[in-house]
Amino acid sequence: MQELIHRAKSLLESGEVVRVLGWRKGENDWDVEPAFFATTEDLEANFIYNGFCGANLSKYMIEASKLDGKTLVFLKPCDSYSFNQLIKEHRINREKAYIIGVGCKGKLKIENIDAEGILSVDGAGYPDCSETLTVHTLYGDKEIAYKDAMLERCHVCKGKEHKIYDELLGDSIDTCDADRFAEIAKIEAMSPEEKFAFFQAELSKCIRCNACRNVCPACSCRKCVFDSTKFDSAQKANTTSFEEKMFHIIRAFHVAGRCTDCGECSRVCPQGIPLHLFNRKFIKDINSLYGEYQAGADIDAAAPLTSFRADDAEPGVGRG
Amino acid sequence: MYRIAKTDIPSLLAAIAAKGDLYLPVNTAGKTNFDAWSEDANVDLDTLKTVRSGKDIFFPQSENLYSCNRTDGKLSVTAAELEDKDFVVFGMKACDVRGLAVLDQVFLSDPVDSYYAARREHGTIVSLACSKPDTSCFCHAFGIDCANPEGDVATWFAGEYLYWLPKTEKGEALTAAVSSLLESTDEKAVEEAKASIRAIQEKLPLKDLSLDGWGAEAAKTKFDSPLWEQLYKPCLACGTCTFVCPTCQCYDIKDYNTGSGVQRLRCWDSCMYSDFTMMAHGNNRTSQMQRFRQRFMHKLAYFPANNGGMFSCVGCGRCVDKCPTHLNIVKVIKAFEKEGK
Amino acid sequence: MPVTENWKPKIVAFCCNWCSYAGADLAGSSRLAYPADVKIIKVPCSCRVNPMFILRAFEKGADGVIMCGCHPGDCHYSTGNYYARRRMTLLFSMLDYLGVENGRTRVEWVSAAEGVKFSETMNSFVEKVRSLGPSVRLGDLRCKN
Repeated sequence: MQELIHRAKSLLESGEVVRVLGWRKGENDWDVEPAFFATTEDLEANFIYNGFCGANLSKYMIEASKLDGKTLVFLKPCDSYSFNQLIKEHRINREKAYIIGVGCKGKLKIENIDAEGILSVDGAGYPDCSETLTVHTLYGDKEIAYKDAMLERCHVCKGKEHKIYDELLGDSIDTCDADRFAEIAKIEAMSPEEKFAFFQAELSKCIRCNACRNVCPACSCRKCVFDSTKFDSAQKANTTSFEEKMFHIIRAFHVAGRCTDCGECSRVCPQGIPLHLFNRKFIKDINSLYGEYQAGADIDAAAPLTSFRADDAEPGVGRG
Repeated sequence: MYRIAKTDIPSLLAAIAAKGDLYLPVNTAGKTNFDAWSEDANVDLDTLKTVRSGKDIFFPQSENLYSCNRTDGKLSVTAAELEDKDFVVFGMKACDVRGLAVLDQVFLSDPVDSYYAARREHGTIVSLACSKPDTSCFCHAFGIDCANPEGDVATWFAGEYLYWLPKTEKGEALTAAVSSLLESTDEKAVEEAKASIRAIQEKLPLKDLSLDGWGAEAAKTKFDSPLWEQLYKPCLACGTCTFVCPTCQCYDIKDYNTGSGVQRLRCWDSCMYSDFTMMAHGNNRTSQMQRFRQRFMHKLAYFPANNGGMFSCVGCGRCVDKCPTHLNIVKVIKAFEKEGK
Repeated sequence: MPVTENWKPKIVAFCCNWCSYAGADLAGSSRLAYPADVKIIKVPCSCRVNPMFILRAFEKGADGVIMCGCHPGDCHYSTGNYYARRRMTLLFSMLDYLGVENGRTRVEWVSAAEGVKFSETMNSFVEKVRSLGPSVRLGDLRCKN
């Protein structure tokens, strides 16, 4: 971590960049915030990079691209896909960013630690994280495997390679230990009644806080259709279960072919809805129907929903 | 003081539900929220904090106020019926119960909100002491004692029993209705439980959180602080903090076209949203910084100014736990304290 | 709504201006019958159909939604229906994935010369939806009043 602070300070001092986009220390080990740093003193005192820095900073670069001067941004390997995708969509200006590809050894979610009254977590540092986290709580200490506290997305890690950067700092580990599409396939194998019951139970929890939409690097419309005052089942009135379905289908559809599967939607959901199941279903279909495609991997590749082939599958393909 | 064995709680709940609707923490798809009791509901009295507070039972996220229908060319307007049946809310924590007192200030002062008032009148609250307060709890900063919750009936878990103490007339009535399941006992076990909770309270990291400098006067001293410009930056403008909050009470009115008529709905709103208090001329808070400031100034300055010093925060810590970017009221309070402003 | 002998499904058909709507016209002028419960919404091109249109139709009480456009390769705008095809393929797959009965959505390519196909398509689609009964899983209960 000191290495990152050191490098950020020298870039700031040399005038190469005028601000740094990174993560700020919170009250505890886990409540870090995405933050802009303008001074070396602020960096020294408050910059942090540890296992809880899961937040993808790419989207903040949309605003930073409008400011004068370059912004130093730290991107983890998977964040670099989102950044690339935003360049492809002309939402951020590459020239306004100085990218340090920062190493990643898997990111954690405090809710995944099954303990009450957590005071501190040892072993979540970077680069020195340990295989076992020691959790100090109001009710005694506890040990938990690092892997067990990881975000869902880290179990299907896209690899330790950065897709875009100016320089690299720190080592990464490919933390993939699960099949990315296994959950999707499991649901696909259910009967329509089981599928409906499963999604009904998950979506009935939705409080329409819009956190999934607002955190999503692919959701960058200036005015969302769900914020339109002319749209009569507007976001706030969700008296029936349909509106959640509509919202989540459209949300996922709108980012289909652009979603890099960064997993931020599932990370931020206060109700723990596995929102990636929607996005990943589209990705799975796109891969099997139109050829393997990873959004954000290649800026020049044709996007699946803005291209076609004359012999594409017909709608309803695979139906009995 | 009464008690009932933990193993008999299902029969107690069934007995309460036999008399009227019963709402309590239910686990659905891995998360616990207040929901209606049913035979096969996955009742969860162990989780400290439900994701949503119990406020939505009295002030639902969305409710129909009236419907306009057109049949055979004639228009009819039907007002939604007010709650007229008694119901019970079981397992509200001390902070959530106090949260209702905050809502009462808003909805029960003149002009009285009849929908809310009807629910308050017919609802009996059985509160539950917090056996295991969490790191993010700071209810004591608002004078709330989670070891001794308010409510119509207060309950405590201790050993193999749930202890039950009616505190109001409504509470006495509920107790009488289920008295065959309860046995009389002394206060000893509960006193011990309270002592053990208070011992934990002493160890909570936020136990010294101070609200000095906040209150009615803060509107003048803190509104123009440059701190807001720094604090709001990571805010995603989502409504998580608002919708999990037991005291947030702002709402919007939406009309819904059903094809043959219109329903007028009242639904929760969030000051974090860009269309909050949108009017014909536009919006009076045009930046996210202003919207962010509004949330905290409302809770800690404007509300106390209009309600005899009462803060509209109860320290439940839900926003602390749930904010996607880890912004929260505690960080705001501490940031101002650090600056000495 | 109880399913009775006389229950008639509500069907929304999005038809492109150039082929399918003309196909419907031809069906009409040729006096070919198709159920009156099919409500046609004319769109400039099948590509105009946003997935939200389909969901909104269900929300507002449709029991089945069908989209018709020019045959692939014959689009008045050259390629519109190719894009529409990909979108609908993904949307229908998502609806299947959510457990919505898969007979309630369909895409059929109908040219201006295919009045017979239009009528046959609508008859078979209405029959299919009738066999499934009223749409519950994607309907908004408020619209059933």
